[in-house]
Amino acid sequence: MFSQGSESLIKQAREIQEQELQKFYSRLVKLLQAKDLGHEAVDSLQRLYLLLSVNKHSRRLPSELQKRLVLLLSSPAEHFQVLSVSVLRETLSLSDQDLSHIQENIRPLNSHAAGLLLSQARSRDNLSSLCAHILHSLEGRLSEAPAHSRTHTLPIINSILSHSPQSLTEDHVTLLSKKLVEWLRYASTMQGGGASSGGFFTGQRSRQPVPTAELDGTVCGDFFTVLCVGQGFTEDQWMNVFSFSMLRHWLLTYHCVSNGNSTADTANRLQLSLSVSHSHSNDDRSEVDGSVVSMVSATSSSSRLLPPKERLREKAFQYCQRLIEQSDRKPHKRTDAELQKACLVEAVSILDCVCVEDASLVYRTFPCVKALFGRLGSDLSYVRVFLPIAQFYLNHGEMAAVDCESVWKLVFSQCPAELFNDYFLAHELLRFLRVNLETIQQRVPQYTRSFPNLLKFLAWDSPAVVDDFVDLLPSLVTAGTAVELLHSLLDLPCLSATLLIQLSSVSLPVSEPSGRGLQQDAFRNPGFRGLFLFLLREEAGSGDTIDRLSTLHQLLAEAADWPRVLQCAQVVPVLLHIYFNTVVKVADEKLLAHLILVMLERSSLLINIPTYTAEIHRVFSCHLLNLCQLHPSLVVDQSQELLEFAGSTTNVYSREEIYTHVVWVLGEYLSVSCDSRCSVRLITSCFETLEAVLFEVTSSSPPPGTTCPAPKVVTTIMSALAKLASRSHDLIPRVSLFLSKLKTAARAGSVAWCPDEEDLVAVVTRGEELWSLLKAPGVAQSVLTPQPHVAMPQWYRDTNVSMPLQLRALTHLTHTQ
Amino acid sequence: MVRCFLIHTVCPVTALSAAESRVLYSRLFGPDDGVVSGQHRDLSPEDRRLLQKERVAVVASQIRSAVRLSREASGRLLVETVPGDEALALQDADRGVVRLRAGDPFSEETSALWLAVQSVSFTLVCERHDNLLLAEGTLRNLARHCLEHLHMLGQGSEVLLRSNRIDALLSRLLPHGQLLFLNHRFTQSLEKEVAAYMAK
Repeated sequence: MFSQGSESLIKQAREIQEQELQKFYSRLVKLLQAKDLGHEAVDSLQRLYLLLSVNKHSRRLPSELQKRLVLLLSSPAEHFQVLSVSVLRETLSLSDQDLSHIQENIRPLNSHAAGLLLSQARSRDNLSSLCAHILHSLEGRLSEAPAHSRTHTLPIINSILSHSPQSLTEDHVTLLSKKLVEWLRYASTMQGGGASSGGFFTGQRSRQPVPTAELDGTVCGDFFTVLCVGQGFTEDQWMNVFSFSMLRHWLLTYHCVSNGNSTADTANRLQLSLSVSHSHSNDDRSEVDGSVVSMVSATSSSSRLLPPKERLREKAFQYCQRLIEQSDRKPHKRTDAELQKACLVEAVSILDCVCVEDASLVYRTFPCVKALFGRLGSDLSYVRVFLPIAQFYLNHGEMAAVDCESVWKLVFSQCPAELFNDYFLAHELLRFLRVNLETIQQRVPQYTRSFPNLLKFLAWDSPAVVDDFVDLLPSLVTAGTAVELLHSLLDLPCLSATLLIQLSSVSLPVSEPSGRGLQQDAFRNPGFRGLFLFLLREEAGSGDTIDRLSTLHQLLAEAADWPRVLQCAQVVPVLLHIYFNTVVKVADEKLLAHLILVMLERSSLLINIPTYTAEIHRVFSCHLLNLCQLHPSLVVDQSQELLEFAGSTTNVYSREEIYTHVVWVLGEYLSVSCDSRCSVRLITSCFETLEAVLFEVTSSSPPPGTTCPAPKVVTTIMSALAKLASRSHDLIPRVSLFLSKLKTAARAGSVAWCPDEEDLVAVVTRGEELWSLLKAPGVAQSVLTPQPHVAMPQWYRDTNVSMPLQLRALTHLTHTQ
Repeated sequence: MVRCFLIHTVCPVTALSAAESRVLYSRLFGPDDGVVSGQHRDLSPEDRRLLQKERVAVVASQIRSAVRLSREASGRLLVETVPGDEALALQDADRGVVRLRAGDPFSEETSALWLAVQSVSFTLVCERHDNLLLAEGTLRNLARHCLEHLHMLGQGSEVLLRSNRIDALLSRLLPHGQLLFLNHRFTQSLEKEVAAYMAK
């Protein structure tokens, strides 16, 4: 596909010399002067485009060449229109004058030239003028001659509306709304383009018009829609297609147009509306005599007296109703079946949109949407239609007092559980949740409980949806779900592996050997089934986690290098940070205390992916610190568990990062100033626990298979001991004794627990500092456990007490000199 | 409305870093953002053009990594196809969708649909209210025509040297970025025009 040839072509085009370029320009001008432009001209123009487009910086073309290119815009051959537009788009040389020249002189303005004007517009005024010009061309009858020659005008207007709604005026909206009504509702139902029912022997004269057909082949039962087929189409049928294609966007955006420069006065507008409604005095005529009239036309009320926007809403409503009816027909072509689904999505979205604008339509619309929902049942091949239906229920269900339970069940239970591997569904469902988050939180109580199900999208395709979960996760963290959610996030790689196993066990028969044989067996083993079923649960609330997590992790050990599982493991730390940052806002101290326990416990209970474990430990350490900083009394509350953790020497080796942080919070926050419940006995017991560990670590070599503890762990324990001793002076001699022993041992030569000499010197130095500090217990206390006003001085807030700062600064200056 | 349509590489290219992608064709629809939004109004036309090119490059490289990750996760082996196998190549294509946050690179949030056939991805950037189901079908159709009419499964460089064919194709199937609800008869009628254009 992409070849070296293409690459070198791009390189050549970028590196072309100026001289060569000028030659090429003049040759091209000559070519374009010829009367009949041939292949060579096409080829050269195409090369010119390549030259211009691959360069980051634009080039200015010689004026003669540019003039020729502008002339080509109205060439009868489409190739030249296309090429001149693409070349001119890449240059920046069209002035305002050029633009208006093109607009005024190319008649009719072809699609390519109009596209050029759109892309090169330099201001809102340019766009307004283009818009007015195009709308003007739409007035009057559609011409018979060139097939769909005016269809391109609607996308252009839609594009202007999308990017710069202020370029349209109220009058434009009125005019176009009327036109849209005409095309949507009153397009011909007879086939266009010379289709006839006449046979070989029938002459031109006796040709009878042939009606268009529904997708299943029956004669078109009501007005024309995008789901009607024929051998050929008339211009207004093409306009019907284009009108419907832009309808939703039009209805959503036409409020944003400017009112300011509306030129026509009310009388003028009145006249206009009269003349248009007059042209449709036979408004709700039955289009096809004798054919079966569908429910839509039979039940629609006369709407010709409505103002244009409301009339358009009414017609949009009818059109969508008809599409919903038509989607029930069995099409002959597969692509038409897909189109039907896309039409259903669009129709329901448009119905939602007209109901948002005009609440009185809700009562008329609901039966139709509800019937559609009933008709689709839980056929998951229509899953993409369920989202707009859910949006409709969400927006209007309350007003119409309709029971939405079955819709939520489908969206939150069935869809994620069965179609977690549908990328497009994942994208749309998560976007639906994001966009409607507030309303969903209010109206759909099962939303937060559905997180085990929603997380399946993340477990399956984490790189694509992690961004959505960054936004959604905070809404899933509540006091009720916090603990279970934390477990679920930690086990997300396991869920990812389980989903893979589940999918392959569905697609492969039992006997088939597969790459995931062992896990498959485990998956089917009744003894382990419960473990997997817990991971695959659809709703929260059946327990925070399971007892046999380590068994599960062993079963999934081989999954540790599956790419999907690894990708999933990479996103968990990011989400855990978001989780913890949110949970501190919603949880009380009791819950936070529980979370600390979960962190301690789960730090050794993770699927065995080394990088994953290290990352999770890092996240835990960071947030353990945060939690204790915000609520220091948590340390006294959970002192027993923390001490148990800190007292185990194996943790020094296996969970170094988190161990260091536990020791630090113990040393820092086990103090009366943080919590009055902190007794001398507690401080002593903590001291003794840490002392024992430090003794063990520094008196023996590390157990086989582990590396030496980092100097940071040792110094952190030493500092913690010194801090505790400074709060209970009886302990000071014990620390001092230990520190002096350490110094002696280090002097004697190398020690087993710290092979690096530089590290050892650093540890000993730290020990000496603490030792000399503890010689003056009063000072030690104020240094190691500073009062908050010393630790976080705020003197600068008060000019009177800022003196100490000034004095200190002065002393510092004089002493250094 | 669709913001842009791109054809770009998703394989390593010698001259580029691992994360980058070579854009073979790009078409942004609608007026330049800088003209209508306040944010970039002060930029010179030259800078605005550069900004557009950079935006396209950002989309391409984001899709490049999305395709890489998706292929890595699925672990499927790519089947080599030759000209004539277009239908097979399309059937075998990987597909997906990526959310592009507001400001990264377009001012509003957009969804980028991609369809990767071997070393090349066809990408469609849609706005919030676009019908993605319709967009998927349109993208598949566009990709099929590009593969066929530009002989993309071969070794040639027609995607660069016949880009006007893509322009003509877009003007029918995605005029000015408008997704169209076309039943098979309408599609046939447009495809006839496309075929006539290609034949000349």
